[in-house]
Amino acid sequence: MTGRKAFATAIFLSLLAAVVPAKAQSLLPEGIQIGLSTDNVSITAGFSGADLTIFGSLENPDPLVARQNRYDVIVVLEGPPRPVVVRRKDRVLGVWVNLDSETFENVPMSYSVATTRPLQDITEPNSYKQLSLGASNIYMQPADAGDSPATIEEFTTALRERKAATGLYSENVGGVQFLSQNLFRATVRLAPNVPVGTHKARAFLFKSGLFIKESSAQLEIRKSGFEQSIFRVAHNYSFLYGVFAIALAMLTGWLGRLIFRKD
Amino acid sequence: MGIYLPIAEISVNVFVLLAMGAAVGFLSGMFGVGGGFLITPLLIFYNIPPAIAVATGANQVIASSVSGVLSHMKRGTLDFKLGGVLLAGGIIGSTGGIYVFAFLRRLGQLDLFISLLYVVLLGTVGGLMLVESINALRATRSGAAPVLKKSGQHNWIHRLPLKMRFRASKLFVSVIPVLGLGAGIGFLSSIMGVGGGFIMVPALIYLLKVPTNVVIGTSLFQIIFTSAYTTLVHATTNQTVDVVLAFILMAGGVAGAQYGAKAGQRLRGEQLRALLALLVLAVAIRLAIDLFVTPPNLYSLSALGLN
Repeated sequence: MTGRKAFATAIFLSLLAAVVPAKAQSLLPEGIQIGLSTDNVSITAGFSGADLTIFGSLENPDPLVARQNRYDVIVVLEGPPRPVVVRRKDRVLGVWVNLDSETFENVPMSYSVATTRPLQDITEPNSYKQLSLGASNIYMQPADAGDSPATIEEFTTALRERKAATGLYSENVGGVQFLSQNLFRATVRLAPNVPVGTHKARAFLFKSGLFIKESSAQLEIRKSGFEQSIFRVAHNYSFLYGVFAIALAMLTGWLGRLIFRKD
Repeated sequence: MGIYLPIAEISVNVFVLLAMGAAVGFLSGMFGVGGGFLITPLLIFYNIPPAIAVATGANQVIASSVSGVLSHMKRGTLDFKLGGVLLAGGIIGSTGGIYVFAFLRRLGQLDLFISLLYVVLLGTVGGLMLVESINALRATRSGAAPVLKKSGQHNWIHRLPLKMRFRASKLFVSVIPVLGLGAGIGFLSSIMGVGGGFIMVPALIYLLKVPTNVVIGTSLFQIIFTSAYTTLVHATTNQTVDVVLAFILMAGGVAGAQYGAKAGQRLRGEQLRALLALLVLAVAIRLAIDLFVTPPNLYSLSALGLN
């Protein structure tokens, strides 16, 4: 046993000796790139959630670090930011009523994370905070900063919990896999109710627990087909849409009488 | 089979909606009401957001009312003039209702307000109808002749000024209560997504003393226009009318209504009213329970309105 260990160390040392001069010459820093096969995804009528695959590569990875699996990658797909109101129900005379509320500005509508390993194994909580990475570390800006920290904390937790419960904030541990030394594949989940708009895909590279580099790409999620046309018309030509809805109802009532009349 | 609703933005089962529409259509044909007071709570139970359930319910009511009015027009049991005055009031009430609706939605109290209105109104109307129909059933069983409305009997409503003559209803009455009734129904229509037939019919019979045979046709006539107006205003101010959802409900509804109307002819009036009363009370109790039972989630999220 001891003999083998010594042998391994010897190889390690000789490798190091070989690599160090090479590195000194080029001094190429590690980098990360991600690529999306398309810059827009269309959701059709039957959309019930999907997995989105994002490919990426490491630039100038240190083969030794790569072989020891000390590179970690976290990929995040972040939905468009929107203001959100969180309301809490309380009992008033026995009836549950929305009483307290807190408004947050620029809350990502969705937040899907894919990682190589469990988040706590990659780096320590503080670096996540600094990078504001991970559903529990996104900074939620309260609209009314005058509220007590305890209240803001309570509503922030509730907001994350509700988002996670509806699948909009998700975490896919093991969702990033290295296909070779350079190439990796990340699978992030799109919830059935994924918001439409411009999503931002970001990839974070860690080496032995240290943050190295970040890369990002944009992705447009839109509704397609018949449903999207209806949604657009309802918002852009709302008066005509209303007239159409009424005409359709009157026609259906009249046809229904013609077809099914029993008197 | 799942279908994606473009405005409600959720996937639902088409057959559940068709069955819902047909069942409510059957009952509405049987009892001569629009069925909005059943459709809207059912949609809410089926997880459609209340704001969309209300606006879409109003749209669906148009179809069943048109279907009903056509048969009343054929029979000549429709007072256009009375319907017109009710409608004028309805437009005013509906406009007010839409503003209250948008205001409550911003406040986050819309769902509660809709539920409370349903519980109070359905509970009251259902309770009164049940008592009245049980008394009528008892009276017929004991052999006594049913107490009919005494003609010439006047109440305070008939002493109000600005009288107007409604020939088809054989009525000479002040326009103030007629406009007021129309406005009240219009207000409820825009907040609850109902045509308001379940309030309009007893109010016309008991308050204005309109002959029963003209009541249903006239009420349906004005409901078409009040709910059309409500639909239009909801579509423009709140964008909450889901035309796909409404169409599926209508398709089931108009078919069910014609069968229901036939089934209704086999039942006696007071039996019919007792059944309707029980149904109305059941919906009220179900909604009331939801108000008091601890919700699974105390917290709720809503996007801050862009409009």
